[in-house]
Amino acid sequence: MKNPYKPYPVRIKRIEIATEDKSLRTFEFEFINKEDANKFNYMPGQFAELSIPGYGESPIGIASSPTEGENLLFTVFRIGKVTTKLHSMREGEVMGVRGPLGHPYPLGELEGKNIVIIAGGYAVTTLRSTMVWLLHPDNRSRYGKITFIYGARTPGLLLYHDQWRQWQKRDDVDCYITIDREVEGWDGLVGFVPTITEKVSPDPENSVAIICGPPVMIKFTQPVLDKLGWKGEQIIMSLENRMKCGIGICGRCNVGPYYVCKDGPVFTKAELDRLPKEY
Amino acid sequence: MGYKCLAKDKFSELVEKFTKEQDVFAPIAQGLEVKWSLIDDPSKILFDFKNTSMSPKGLFFPQTECLFEFNNNKDAEDAFILKETSPLVKKRTLLNIRPCDARAFSILDKVFMKDEDSLDVYWKDKRDKTILIGLACTNPCSTCFCTQVNSSPFGEDGLDVLMIDLGDKVVLKDVTDKGEEILKGLEDASDEDIKKVEELKKEAESKINANLSMDNILSREVLEVYEDPFWDRLYETCLNCGACTFYCPTCHCFDIQDETKGDYGRRVRNWDTCMSWLFTQHASGHNPRGTKKHRVRQRFMHKFKYMPIKLDGDIGCVGCGRCIQVCPVNIDVRDVIKNMNK
Repeated sequence: MKNPYKPYPVRIKRIEIATEDKSLRTFEFEFINKEDANKFNYMPGQFAELSIPGYGESPIGIASSPTEGENLLFTVFRIGKVTTKLHSMREGEVMGVRGPLGHPYPLGELEGKNIVIIAGGYAVTTLRSTMVWLLHPDNRSRYGKITFIYGARTPGLLLYHDQWRQWQKRDDVDCYITIDREVEGWDGLVGFVPTITEKVSPDPENSVAIICGPPVMIKFTQPVLDKLGWKGEQIIMSLENRMKCGIGICGRCNVGPYYVCKDGPVFTKAELDRLPKEY
Repeated sequence: MGYKCLAKDKFSELVEKFTKEQDVFAPIAQGLEVKWSLIDDPSKILFDFKNTSMSPKGLFFPQTECLFEFNNNKDAEDAFILKETSPLVKKRTLLNIRPCDARAFSILDKVFMKDEDSLDVYWKDKRDKTILIGLACTNPCSTCFCTQVNSSPFGEDGLDVLMIDLGDKVVLKDVTDKGEEILKGLEDASDEDIKKVEELKKEAESKINANLSMDNILSREVLEVYEDPFWDRLYETCLNCGACTFYCPTCHCFDIQDETKGDYGRRVRNWDTCMSWLFTQHASGHNPRGTKKHRVRQRFMHKFKYMPIKLDGDIGCVGCGRCIQVCPVNIDVRDVIKNMNK
């Protein structure tokens, strides 16, 4: 019988400081038992509990795509007890990963559609996973136009420079990277994500938007999409709440009857409109 | 299936049959309270009691339970590798459990063993290894309302055997195959005994005079119940003390914490309560249920609106009335149900 509370042991293979303020680090984990890698079947949008014995667990979205191999990537903001400890750990140290948890973005159902990804700040992690997956040669042809809008306060707070610079060079992605205010040496877009979205004005016809970002970004992006004629069913969001068990039992992460960990974290805007705003 | 009969003075023999191979738990008197306890002397087992102060949920879902142990010495070869704690060695029997409390376990089975990916192995291990022998309620409390929440003082849901106390003897009814096995060899109850059981059942059910309906709670939209103005009045008196959640046989929220001392480390789960602000507080400081109103409402919405949506109509309440008895500010769940059912 599988114990759902038992993490897979992993080794930290690589650590990268992800932002100029050093508040985010990207961790690459390799499974200590090779057979565990096969059991960890995931898709973009799912998350895992990063487990550090002695400190606890923290639910973090998976930033890697299954198309990238067996190792897992997580980009983690240092804020609580577990993530602070994680930021002090070194390459080669052993910890645990429990998952994959939750539902992924419904990429299977989205075949044949145009996809608009709108990301703000470090909520971009599972959208990195999504982009890598969508742009993989096995998958790209099954989707229409792909638009990627991503903003952060400063260039140094943008994650995954190497990735989006590659995406910008491709002719099968419309990639818009923006920062809040002008900075010397930045020759890209300047402006908040809602403003850029308005300029890009993505067409809702046969399209789906996946949006992750801070509440203020979502609040001001919503009217832009409304004006363009987007419906709640076409907008997919990913929620975060405090979690412990990760499997819909311990009772704290619910939004209405649905557990963010088990039934989410992915919900459509239409679904969320019918539920209490407890997130 | 059928009714069996056993003289009270032979009851100890039946219990001793269990205690040889199993751990037997039953309510016994401890001071002014009736508590669940491991039985070494069958004569201590109570028949004349209302219900135990605490529900027996802790026997399946302990207040603190070790999930894993690990070596906390970073230089050890097995450092920080979590090892599962061992399952129960001995089988167990719970004797004289009230039908309401037994029913709570069949509701919680749906929570703890929903599907393969979220099957709580700690809960399942204890459930699989435990037999439940119930004692029908012939004299319900004024706070009881089991008949209003799909149960009965003589309810069988969750039990293996239901016993009815007839004074000098008990009548036993097998509910499951396990129960049938236990009752093998006992003599059949007489028609007269069975008639007495029916009478006692009717009498007990008639003593519960709550009259609650939940139809509207189920049919109203989530947001409609959630935004009802009556919550504004309810939350004002609540202290968020959490007593209701600890005494409730179906409240099952928990926390997971790591503890270390020297080279020893363990991961434990503890009962938690939705009444605590910490329960939902994000690391960022943001709290989706940041006010007392959010938290009081959550508990009742969870039991009477969310659980039925998730658990094929089962509500998260068995009508035991403990929350009414322990609430320091007299919040009565029956009033809350009436308000939610508007």
